[in-house]
This record gives sequence, C-alpha cells and structure tokens, in this order.
Amino acid sequence: MRSESVLINNPTGLHARPAALFTQTAAKFHSKIMVQKGDKIVDAKSMLKILSLGAKQGTTIDIAADGPDEQEAVGALVSLIKSGFGEQG
Amino acid sequence: MRVEGVAGSSGIAIGTAYVYQNDDIHITKRIISSSDAEFEIQKVKQALCDSRSQIECIREKALQKVGKEQAKIFDAHLMILEDHSFLEEIAAAIKNKNLSAAAAIEQVVAQYAAMFAAMDDEYMRERETDIKDIGDRVLRNLLGLPPRGFDHLMEEVIIVAHDLTPSDTVLLDKRYVKGFATDIGGRTSHAAIIARTLEIPAVLGLKDITSRLNTGDRIVLDGNTGEIIIDPDAMQLDKYQKKQKKFSDCQAELKKAAALPAVTRDGKRVEIAANIGAPQDIDIAVEYGADGVGLYRTEFLYLGREQLPTEEEQFRAYKAVAEKLGQKPLIIRTLDIGGDKELACMRLPQELNPFLGYRAIRICLDEIDVFKTQLRAILRASVYGNILIMYPMISGVNEVRKANAILAEVKRELYQAMIPFDENVKVGVMIEVPSAAITADAIIKEVDFFSIGTNDLCQYTLAVDRMNEKIADLYQPLHPAVLRLIKNAIDASHRHGKFTGMCGELAGDPLAAAILLGLGLDEFSMSASSMPRVKKIIRGLSYETAREIADTVLSMETAAEIINYTVAALTKLGLWDAEGEI
Repeated sequence: MRSESVLINNPTGLHARPAALFTQTAAKFHSKIMVQKGDKIVDAKSMLKILSLGAKQGTTIDIAADGPDEQEAVGALVSLIKSGFGEQG
Repeated sequence: MRVEGVAGSSGIAIGTAYVYQNDDIHITKRIISSSDAEFEIQKVKQALCDSRSQIECIREKALQKVGKEQAKIFDAHLMILEDHSFLEEIAAAIKNKNLSAAAAIEQVVAQYAAMFAAMDDEYMRERETDIKDIGDRVLRNLLGLPPRGFDHLMEEVIIVAHDLTPSDTVLLDKRYVKGFATDIGGRTSHAAIIARTLEIPAVLGLKDITSRLNTGDRIVLDGNTGEIIIDPDAMQLDKYQKKQKKFSDCQAELKKAAALPAVTRDGKRVEIAANIGAPQDIDIAVEYGADGVGLYRTEFLYLGREQLPTEEEQFRAYKAVAEKLGQKPLIIRTLDIGGDKELACMRLPQELNPFLGYRAIRICLDEIDVFKTQLRAILRASVYGNILIMYPMISGVNEVRKANAILAEVKRELYQAMIPFDENVKVGVMIEVPSAAITADAIIKEVDFFSIGTNDLCQYTLAVDRMNEKIADLYQPLHPAVLRLIKNAIDASHRHGKFTGMCGELAGDPLAAAILLGLGLDEFSMSASSMPRVKKIIRGLSYETAREIADTVLSMETAAEIINYTVAALTKLGLWDAEGEI
C-alpha cells in the first residue's frame, strides 16, 4: 500500500477532460486505486465516482494504491495532476 | 387506405414507415425473485453493450457532420457506459433489492442525476443531462424500444412521429430520412420548416397517424396534397411513382430558372434570399440562386449539447457561410431561444406561457455574457464577407437601444484588443411583435433594416397558437390586420431610406409574393425550395400591377376576400392555375 497527497492546480479541477484522463490513467494499472477527498473515498478507475467528488482547483486529495504496481500507479497519477492536465494558467 | 393532413413540404415519398416514440418510458415490472437476478444482470450487460455500439456509431457521424466539439459529448457518454462502477451498482440493486433490470437502472441513474444536480458547479450540474440521456438509451435498449433521434438509421425510411423537436432533428441524415408524417403541427411547425430546408416531403397534422402505423408498413406520402396512403396497391404505386417523377422533373426545370434575377417586367429588382439553419444549408441555397441569406438561424450551435458554444466555434460557423457568400449579404440572427425551443446548455425555467415569456432577445439582455460571446464571434467573422446582425423578438425601442449598447461595448473591446472587424456592420431587428410593427417609425431610427417574421407576427396579432389544430383556420397570415402591420413597417423603413425584408414563411408563399411585392418589400427570404416559384411570380408581374393588387387588398375586410382576389388576378395574368400550381 502506497499513498500520497496532491493539490489540484488546474483551473477546471477534476472535471471533464481531466477526470477522463485521470480514470484512463488509473485503469492502466493492476493495483486497486482509491481517491480520498475529505471523508469521501472512491474508486479511481470510475469516471462517475471521480466526478462525484466534485474536486475543484485548490482541493487536496489523497491517492492510495494497493497491488503489484502500486508505486508506479501513485507516481503516474500524482504527476498527471501536478502537470495540470496540460491546461493553461 | 387514405389519411388526410396538412401539406408541410412538397414532394412525394414512397417507402417504409418508421414510427418514432419520443415520449418518456414507464417501467411497470419492479420486483423479481432472487433466482432471476443473474438473468437480469445479463440483460443489463447486453443493453450497455448495445448502447456502446450505438454511441460509437453516432460519434463517428457527428465527427464527420458537425465536427469535433459536438462529438466530444459522446466521449463522455462512452466513458460512463464503460464505467465498471455503473454496472456494479446496477447489479447490486438487482441482487440486494430484488429490483428488475429496468428498475435498477432507473434507480442508479436517478441517484447520479440527483447527485450531479445538487453540486455547486455549473459544469457538474450539466452532467445530469448526460447521465439521464444515457439512462434513457440503456433502458430503451433493455426494453427493445427504438432509440431517440435518427442517428442510428441505416436504411431509407419515412419518419412517423407525434411531433418533432429541434433536438430530434439536429443530426438528421437526408440519405435515410425520405419524409415526415406527424400527428400534430402545421406549415409553420418545426418539422415542416426542417423538411422544407432539407427538401424532403412532409405531411403534418394527421391526428393519430402514429397509432395507425407500425414500423415497417409501406406508405406513400404526398407532400403536395397533404395525404398519406397506407399499404398502397399496385395501381396507386404506379400513379405515385409517375407523380414523383413529374415532380422531380419540374423541380429540375425550376432550378434551371433559378439563376435568373428577381426582376419585375418593368425592371424593379428585389432580393430573393435564403433562410438557413446550419452551415451546410448554404450549398442548397446557392444552388437555387439565392441573392444572399436573409436569416441565418444560430440556434443549431446551441441545440442538443451540454455546454454553450465557444466564441471560436461560433466564429468558424459564421465565417464559413460568410466566405461562401462572398459579397452577398448574410443576415445573422442572434440567439432566438425559448418559446418552443429548449436548450440543454442553458437552464431555462418551465413557463406557463413560453411564447409570451423569457425568450430570444429578452434572454440575451439578461444573460449578457452569452450575448456578448455571440456578438464577438459575429463581429470577428464580419471581415470575411458582408455580414448583418439581426435581433429577434424586439417589442420596443428600449430593447434595441440596450442591445446596441452591448454591441458598442463589444466593438470597443475588440478595437482595444486590436482584433479586426467591420466597423460599419449593419444592424436590424425582426418585426414579429405587433408593438414593434406599430412603433416601427421609432425603432427604425436605431437600426439599418427590418426583417418581418410573419410566423410570430401572425400568432401574436391574431392571438392564434400556430400549433393548435382546433383553431388552425384562424391562423391567417394574409389577414388584413397582419398586412397593415407589414405595410406600416415597410413604409417606416422607406421613409428613412432603409430597407425591409421578410424571413417568415409568408415570404415563400407565391400568392403572398404578389401582394408583398406591391407593398414595397425589398427582400424575400425563404427556404431554398420555395425560391423558384416566388421568383417566377415576381418575374411574371410588373411592379405597377403588384401595387394595384396590394392597394386593392389593403381595402378588403377578410383574408378570404384577399386570397380570392389575388388568385383571380394572378390567374388572369397566366401565373396561377386552378390547382395552385404554376
């Protein structure tokens, strides 16, 4: 089990295209991956669940993975969020 | 068997009926025994799979027809369908609560819809429509009902529906849709207007045609006479095949004459322009010899989608048409929404009396950002052609002043940002509210032109709902009251050296053309398919004769008198025959 906190910095937050990119990236890994915002914990591979977090710019989320590729999974998702999903500003 | 309705768009279609159900689904079976759970889950999986292949197919079509932006919405749909937690939650509801597959889908979709609707974020709230749309599609597949819309059609059909809304027809493909038959509506309903734009025959107001026909029934649809023949015999088929051939030959001949200018025998030139609803309509309009576009409806950009169109997207749509027209005028009408047109990308309240409510310019003057985005896009496109701006639903001079002030502000912003635009872009208003027609002398001082919208002008002047068949006979565009308002607007514009056009259905009516020409109308804008006949009337008359006709009918008391007199006058001149065909 590995986990890391990350600040969402892109203007749209985990919405729309970013949410899609996030779940698509998560789906590439075998590990079970969860995302926590406040007291809500959801499956990182579900677009609907990620959208249901309503994570906007400025929110901090925890990403936790458990499985054979947990380290790579958390690393990839954290850097995706840090990259700002290629959005400007 | 023969059924009579209203002729909405001319032409003959012979083919197979496709009965379109666009009403909400009602689920009856709710509780199952636990031994059926696995079977119900299998049904859900199959329905999800079917939905996925449908959406993939629509997405492909959308990409080719309307571009990347509108295709994106289907990407989101696909992701939700492929979301394993969606299926898991439905399966859990089946197993744990003994719900039937349909009831479980309904419940999970409702939960997500409520969750999205409650969020404090515009974008997330709009996802409610997505999830509901998907739920509807999955349920239809599960229950073996045909999907909404016509995007999935792969063979030629004649669409039979209660009524058709703009969102039903937004992605309609002319290769497969050969005609419309509807229970309700008349010549000015959305279905009729779309049919004429696409040049496919339509018969409307058939009352109960959806319950008389089944998908797959053979029918003949005669859009010239307003008749449907159910299960035609060999003789009838033969007769209509001949009629169909004659009609297309006649159309071809009229099209040949389309290149000739709209000039009266004594040399008065008027403009024959086209009403278009999407960039691709311009090709048909040019083919029919349009002198310009008198009405570019911009609603297509806003319909059937979840997010408002961006400035860039609008700019491209306006520029594309402007470039095709070169120096010919292109009148772009700003957003005309509300009334009978609903938008998924703007939350408009349900109203008791939408035609007298929050619509068109009233929304734009309230949602100033939406309006400014559109004006910026139009202004930016104005350097690529001869663009004019037109505001809909103006009821008095104050609204014009407010709209013009916003336009001036947008111009200033563009100027400061050094973005090029045509500083002298002409601005006009639609005359479709009686108060505007009566105070035309005040309004014309604020604008460069008028364009009369006869559908609403007639409905508001005569207090007649154009969709209500019980009072259809009261809907009289040639009523003396309507004609006097039209004359008042034309005269006011001419006194100020400005012009008046018409973009309502009346402009495409050959009989009315004679009267309107005589009243001094400068521009006639209509569906491309109406152009050849109107042009023929104008070329066959002298302006002097038209003025005599107009003067005479202005002193008449009823629409019937006016029609009878004009028919007689045109018949005498050899421009009209008993069947109304020229």
